[in-house]
Amino acid sequence: METSFTPWLSLGGGLMIGASAVLLMATNGRIAGISGLTSSLFARSTDGEARGVSALFVVGLLMSAPIWLLVSGEWPQQWVPSSPVLMAVAGLLVGFGATYGNGCTSGHGVCGISRGSMRSIVATVTFMAAAIVTVFVTRHQIGS
Amino acid sequence: MKQIFALLSGLIFGFGLIVSGMSDPAKVLNFLDVFGTWDPSLAFVMGGAIAVTAPGFALLTRSRRRPFFDSEFRIPSRTDLDPKLLAGAVLFGTGWGLGGFCPGPALTALPIAATGTLIFVPFMLAGMWLARHTPDLSMPFNKGVTQ
Repeated sequence: METSFTPWLSLGGGLMIGASAVLLMATNGRIAGISGLTSSLFARSTDGEARGVSALFVVGLLMSAPIWLLVSGEWPQQWVPSSPVLMAVAGLLVGFGATYGNGCTSGHGVCGISRGSMRSIVATVTFMAAAIVTVFVTRHQIGS
Repeated sequence: MKQIFALLSGLIFGFGLIVSGMSDPAKVLNFLDVFGTWDPSLAFVMGGAIAVTAPGFALLTRSRRRPFFDSEFRIPSRTDLDPKLLAGAVLFGTGWGLGGFCPGPALTALPIAATGTLIFVPFMLAGMWLARHTPDLSMPFNKGVTQ
């Protein structure tokens, strides 16, 4: 399916994501990496205070769409693949891969690249390439 | 204070994902579909985010010794490219290309309660738990600092 090109909205949303990352670093000294913050809730080594901060960040994420609904009167527009098996496999790969590789789109792609980290640049190029290949195979090799 | 700002950061991050279109898997999959119905919008998300974060982080770490409500800036210091980083990135990218969700958008979209999201998120959390409990044999001194 087609989606419309939205450079200004996407840029605006990107600026907000950047503002959030800077705010979290300025106040808490932590990287706004979603896989890191979320998975730290499952690590025995995470101390109570770090656990609280991570949990509250995740609660903020979870509250954003409901607040959007209250203000605008409708849920954000979206289309989600509905195949249960596909989404189960995708979820497992995303959760395991992002945590095992020390970061996802936010931790490596935004915060890491912003710091000029070579690890994050390599990770971002790698997961982008893997994702593009996956979409090419599923949409144009298997799907067509 | 730090807790309030953590919550606020999460909220702003979520709004950013919604406004940018990143919380819509259709848009993400089209961004990745370079050889098909390509929608380059999401390049602007990353560009916009880095345009704020790069100068913001630099200014903070140069002008201050510690954050406003905590004792230290926790910035990853590793520079080595280990197999774990690459293997994780390949697995993550494959899952991202299958479902169109990475962790932030999946959590943001959870309350909208689409069937696919309700399946994706528990499996994602299980994957995170698994990775946190997988011993890293190649790097015995790695304490598992995750971004």
